[in-house]
Amino acid sequence: MSLFWLVVIVLAIASVGYVAGRARALASVGGDMRDLHSLPSYYGANVAMKAAVPAFLILVVWLLVQPFVIHASISGMIPEDAVQEGSSLGLVMAEVRRTAEGLENAVASGQMNEDFASNARADVNDITARLKEAGQIVTSRITQPVMRAAQSYRVMVSAGDLYMTIVVLLAAIAGALWGIRETTHEFRARNTVERGIRVILFSAALIAVLTTLGIVLSLVFNTVEFFRLYPAMDFFFGLTWSPSFSGRGGSSELGILPLLWGTFYISFVALAVAVPVGLFAAVYLSEYAGSKFRAVAKPMLEILAGIPTIVYGLFALLTVGPMLLSVFGDDGLGIMKAGTAVMTAGLVMGIMLIPFVSSLSDDIINAVPQAMRDGSYGLGATKSETVKQVVLPAALPGIVGAILLAASRAIGETMIVVLGAGAAARLSLNPFEAMTTVTAKIVSQLTGDADFASPVALVAFALGMTLFVVTLGLNIVALYIVRKYREQYD
Amino acid sequence: MTDATQSPETGPAQTGAPVKSKSLYALDNLTRKRNAAEKRFKFYGLGAVLVGLFFLVVLATAIISEGIPAFTRTIVEVEFTLTQDQYDTAEKELFKTKAYEQFFIGALQKQLEESGMSVPVDAAAIERIVGKTGGTIREYFKANPGALGAPAEFELAASSRVDGYMNGRVTRVEMTDSRFLQASDLDIVDSLVEAGIIKTVFNWNFITGADSGVDNPGGAGIGASVVGSFFMMLVVLFLSLPIGVAASIYLEEFAPQNRFTDLIEVNISNLAAVPSIVFGILGLAVFIQFMHLPQSAPLVGGLVLTLMTLPTIIISTRASLKAVPPSIRDAALGVGASKMQSIFHHVLPLAMPGILTGTIIGLAQALGETAPLLLIGMVGFVARGYPDGVIAGFIDPNSAMPAQIYTWAARADYAFYEKAWGGIIVLLVFLLTMNILAVILRRRFERRW
Repeated sequence: MSLFWLVVIVLAIASVGYVAGRARALASVGGDMRDLHSLPSYYGANVAMKAAVPAFLILVVWLLVQPFVIHASISGMIPEDAVQEGSSLGLVMAEVRRTAEGLENAVASGQMNEDFASNARADVNDITARLKEAGQIVTSRITQPVMRAAQSYRVMVSAGDLYMTIVVLLAAIAGALWGIRETTHEFRARNTVERGIRVILFSAALIAVLTTLGIVLSLVFNTVEFFRLYPAMDFFFGLTWSPSFSGRGGSSELGILPLLWGTFYISFVALAVAVPVGLFAAVYLSEYAGSKFRAVAKPMLEILAGIPTIVYGLFALLTVGPMLLSVFGDDGLGIMKAGTAVMTAGLVMGIMLIPFVSSLSDDIINAVPQAMRDGSYGLGATKSETVKQVVLPAALPGIVGAILLAASRAIGETMIVVLGAGAAARLSLNPFEAMTTVTAKIVSQLTGDADFASPVALVAFALGMTLFVVTLGLNIVALYIVRKYREQYD
Repeated sequence: MTDATQSPETGPAQTGAPVKSKSLYALDNLTRKRNAAEKRFKFYGLGAVLVGLFFLVVLATAIISEGIPAFTRTIVEVEFTLTQDQYDTAEKELFKTKAYEQFFIGALQKQLEESGMSVPVDAAAIERIVGKTGGTIREYFKANPGALGAPAEFELAASSRVDGYMNGRVTRVEMTDSRFLQASDLDIVDSLVEAGIIKTVFNWNFITGADSGVDNPGGAGIGASVVGSFFMMLVVLFLSLPIGVAASIYLEEFAPQNRFTDLIEVNISNLAAVPSIVFGILGLAVFIQFMHLPQSAPLVGGLVLTLMTLPTIIISTRASLKAVPPSIRDAALGVGASKMQSIFHHVLPLAMPGILTGTIIGLAQALGETAPLLLIGMVGFVARGYPDGVIAGFIDPNSAMPAQIYTWAARADYAFYEKAWGGIIVLLVFLLTMNILAVILRRRFERRW
């Protein structure tokens, strides 16, 4: 809440600065706007910008840095022997944070007074009892160092917040005063404001780069952490996937190959459905269909791409799975044991990808110059011969690019395989058996109760890294091919 | 022309090859084959389009037919008078609720007889049909002692099996006697329906309620997660629209042609194709592990989805900025506007309809996204109630519609599957509304230059 008010106060200072800056500019020329370098509102905007932007920048940086400073100084307070066997500093720190939050809430609700909560000589058991009384959930036994650390954590957080408020407000006021001071009729306010806006626009564009950086860093750090606990060779070349959540992950076998096999098998089935259907649909829509049919059928097909994947997941689990089971299951051919299988997920994913393949190919087929078709007709070729021997070969690189993009979508698809493909990791050729994929395992490893420091949870980051690298590679190749192809006929 | 007309006559004589065709009107074999191939090819194409449309129809049918029952619920409506004496005797009993149950059954039988039917009902059957009634009745009369002696109407929710029988999910043929429902109970249900005691009504609770526990599929509602989705979309809208527009203006209007600009552009087009689950990993690692933002909070979900929607919004915004003709810019510059003024006063307002359309479509995509939300803890069962207040709406644990649907689908009880389908209908209604809004915006404000 205080953060909210801080933001409001800074904005208020900025708007007061706007009014003051505008008034001062007008006053400096005796109310005659023509003698000003810029419009009066630019002088106001200059003051407002100088008040708000540095203040918010400080606020954001402070909020990001403060936890690290506090973490570093608090973790120094915890002696080595306080970290018990089977635990880690991270877990102890989490407990410290929880305890500090409990203290804070207890003070806020009036169950405990300020002095008592921060009293370093108070008995640990006493505080614990009082915390429990206040309804703050605290682990049954809080050790002496943890309680002391929690107390100083709390003190440091509130001190840090206080300093932050002061510094941010000072920055806002100083910025506003600076802006007002430099306001004279000669000051080039418009140029200054426009330069400022340009910097803001640029930093917005930078967010895309920061996102990629964030993805790469979060994947790399956790993957390195994982490989410290689990040998990389076993991960990349292991043939079994059997995580054991019970122990410290010592007995888990975390080989990625069965998952990759499942991923590629399901994607292959999906593409085997989507590519022929999508490609024929694209050819028909761009070469044969009348404009009325096209106007109806194309958006209808594209609806399939706009449906959320959870809907397809449910469709696979509850409609397609049982349907396939009734044909291939024990009542029919007897080769399918359960509704969740490679075939179920692949088929449904294929349906999802049809519009993806067809729209992209449609664009590419339309980009083939009409002169090439006319030349082929002139030689006496029929329409289908023209399509097969002239249009498609000319469009081939672009279509390959489209298929690669579809493949990258299939590999990264999550909800359909989580619901439709089953959970068992196995290397098998039978498409009617349940298999699992990289994405499905990322979800199951990270939504369990395992703590983040154990290999069974960290493996998800290594899986994510693999997924990211594979899809990124496919995308780069595909985009390169598509772009190269577009240039060819421009 | 002359060659063509001559060749059938002179050709065979000269080469001695077999006669191909006597007349131009008679098709030779090759032409026939080629025409057949042409027809086949066209047919394949049409077939492919129809297969796609067929899948769409199957999907729509499945959603509607399976989802509609989630919007109805079955209730048992009994009129019931409890006298003071009955109340006193029941309160003296050892098993108090049992006594109330007996009164209830008596009243039910009386009501059945009034409609001219007599079906033997026993306490166990009633318990299978409406669950334990005694407790509810006792609570009601304990709370309102004034209601004693006057007729009171009770609406009790029927058990999920009876609900299933009413929607046709459980059929008489497939019925096997279990401790939940027996074949003989269905006779009772049938006559109760005929007497107008069992009714199907619209299930408001499904739309307004929160997620129930694993053992209570009847009480599960999607309302709380709709609120979670709403707060998430607020975050996405207020972050991704300004940032996306600012980034697009920079890239489209100001960016110099250099390597760094290229890097940004390549980044954006690649981010658009990164699997959504990777954004979930990013959210988990950066927002929760690193910044210690609260887990399962719509704020964090919104941040993750913002990063995911940004590329979509940037791409569509740049397209609509590009569509504004250079003459507008030139005219503004010509009358003395600065570049910044020409963009903010002229280009941006003209591009706004296109930008809004793109934003709505981006939001619709974000609304249906599930996988990243599961990683940051926005799973269905945390949506146990409505947040109190706006700030709590952003930071209290909640779920979102698609994650709630996933949670229901992952539960083993088939009664939840019906809820999942119903949830999909609610989700699709939102998506459809957003898309229609986008189409209307485009139709109404689109300009052809």
